[in-house]
Amino acid sequence: MTATAGAAAPVASQAERPLLRLDDVHTFYVHVHALQGITLEVFPGEIVTLLGGNGAGKTTTLRTISGMIHPRSGTVHFGDDDITNVPAHKLVRRGVGHAPEGRRIFGRMTVLENLQMGAYTRSNKDELGADFERVFALFPRLRERSGQAGGTLSGGEQQMLAIGRALMTHPKLLLLDEPSMGLAPILVEQIFQVIRDIHAQGTTVLVVEQNALMALGVAHRGYILQTGRIVLQDTAANLRQNPEVQKAYLGG
Amino acid sequence: MTRRPGRALLVPAILLLLATLDWSYVGTEQFVNALTIGAVYALIALGYTMVYGIIELINFAHGDVFMVGSFVTYWLLSSLGFNGTISDLPLLVVVLVGTFLAAMVVMGGIGVVIERFAYRPLRNAPRLAPLITAIGVSFILQNIIQIFFGPSPISAPQVIDVQARVNLGGVDVSVVKLFVIAVAFILMIALQTFVSRTRMGRAMRSTAIDRDAAQLMGVDINTTIAVTFFIGSALAGAAGVVQVLYLGTTNFQLGFQAGLKAFTSAVLGGIGNITGAALGGFLIGFIEVNSTVAGFSRWSEAIVFGILVLVLVFRPTGLLGQQLGERA
Ligand SMILES: Nc1ncnc2c1ncn2[C@@H]1O[C@H](COP(=O)(O)OP(=O)(O)OP(=O)(O)O)[C@@H](O)[C@H]1O
Ligand SMILES: [Mg+2]
Repeated sequence: MTATAGAAAPVASQAERPLLRLDDVHTFYVHVHALQGITLEVFPGEIVTLLGGNGAGKTTTLRTISGMIHPRSGTVHFGDDDITNVPAHKLVRRGVGHAPEGRRIFGRMTVLENLQMGAYTRSNKDELGADFERVFALFPRLRERSGQAGGTLSGGEQQMLAIGRALMTHPKLLLLDEPSMGLAPILVEQIFQVIRDIHAQGTTVLVVEQNALMALGVAHRGYILQTGRIVLQDTAANLRQNPEVQKAYLGG
Repeated sequence: MTRRPGRALLVPAILLLLATLDWSYVGTEQFVNALTIGAVYALIALGYTMVYGIIELINFAHGDVFMVGSFVTYWLLSSLGFNGTISDLPLLVVVLVGTFLAAMVVMGGIGVVIERFAYRPLRNAPRLAPLITAIGVSFILQNIIQIFFGPSPISAPQVIDVQARVNLGGVDVSVVKLFVIAVAFILMIALQTFVSRTRMGRAMRSTAIDRDAAQLMGVDINTTIAVTFFIGSALAGAAGVVQVLYLGTTNFQLGFQAGLKAFTSAVLGGIGNITGAALGGFLIGFIEVNSTVAGFSRWSEAIVFGILVLVLVFRPTGLLGQQLGERA
């Protein structure tokens, strides 16, 4: 275990109200019962990770949170609001930012236009300028490439753009779906460093990962998902020590 | 899509060369005709291409939206008491501006209604379903017009004097045709600017590229698709006004052929591609006029559709390339 030095920031007090709460959420794709009673919480100021194998329901959980798909039963709360059936485009304004699986950047639009799309719901020019600067500071590469079509970026650059674009929504809660997927180890390190930076700047993060080692390195807490159910939840430190987790997800 | 200045200039240069050669072949009058007919096809083709770009539907009712636009124009002008040329220039300007605005707003609104009730409920259905519905909408529009205006062609007031001509740098040109070409260019430039520069334009493009990702940016898909239908149908409405000004006649079946040719234009230019649709419209105009000049006027449709087949076989993405499905 080497990459464990990350989660230095204090875990938010659990006495606080959760920023996000899923309560016994069941989500279906027509007949596929993808989420079978998910209950989870994310507190303000936390980095929480959601781990699990292929098809466990991680992406579906994030899509349920961001309103891309609505649960058949159960509730999703964001702060004090019940957002169970609020459509995705309205949640963006409320502070849910989602960098989806597979990046999904707009390939035919320039890097700058992609970031402007992130800022689609925003009107405060001063704040926007500050956010552009923030994104360019996190990803200097994006500034260099700002006039280039998004589709011509490398995989790593596209991931930076996907995260930068989600940050431009100025989220209270940032959802990241496998940000390290398909990236070279050095880039994976960079992306996780950026997650720390974003968190340090005051954004709460829920990150889905296959790379459990890195994810548990930055997260405060984690949930382990298996076939639509949460089978384990604990602090990241405890999860790293858990023999079953080590066996299944940490290659130990 | 990389931008290499050399290549970006190549296409316009070739087109300019071809146009110059063609001008000396067909003569000024026919050359202007080609531009005028092309302008009409281009205006209609834009609606096909925008709607296809955003919801991947070939809106077979779009040609009929153009047809209804010509009837709205006819109805408006004749119920305001105009039945021929308006010689008072200020009045003519007011009438023209008013007619274009009215026809575009009315047809834009009809387009929004069609989308809302005929296509939106089928948005997640198999693709054949909205296609068949579009054909149904086409028949409904034709039947409504037939009920109100009858089955025979009607002659509509041509408020601009069709005999009037201006001398343009030594070239003698018909005023109506010049006006039509100018209107088409202004509308196309306005559309291009809207789509490439504005927030709603970005919403439309992002929705066309990746609807889910656009929603995650806060784009309201329903509104964006409705706006797309509004604009596309408004442009068809403008083409309807042009039909009346230029040809002074219309009939309830007009939309079928014009629609097919405009659709061909859109495919020729690369469906989903706005510049391509405009280019395709003018190319079809030139192909028609050239086949007439060459003495094949009875064959002009066969030639147009022959070209459609060739394009579909050898370059299905059209001349300028399809702009769809390129998510990264
Ligand atoms: N559009 C869909 N239609 C039908 N079933 C789906 C759909 N999307 C996901 N599923 C199913 O739902 C379950 C959960 O899928 P999900 O994408 O949430 O998994 P995941 O944990 O993100 O997996 P991965 O690590 O491979 O991304 C899987 O069994 C999957 O087959
Ligand atoms: Mg997934």
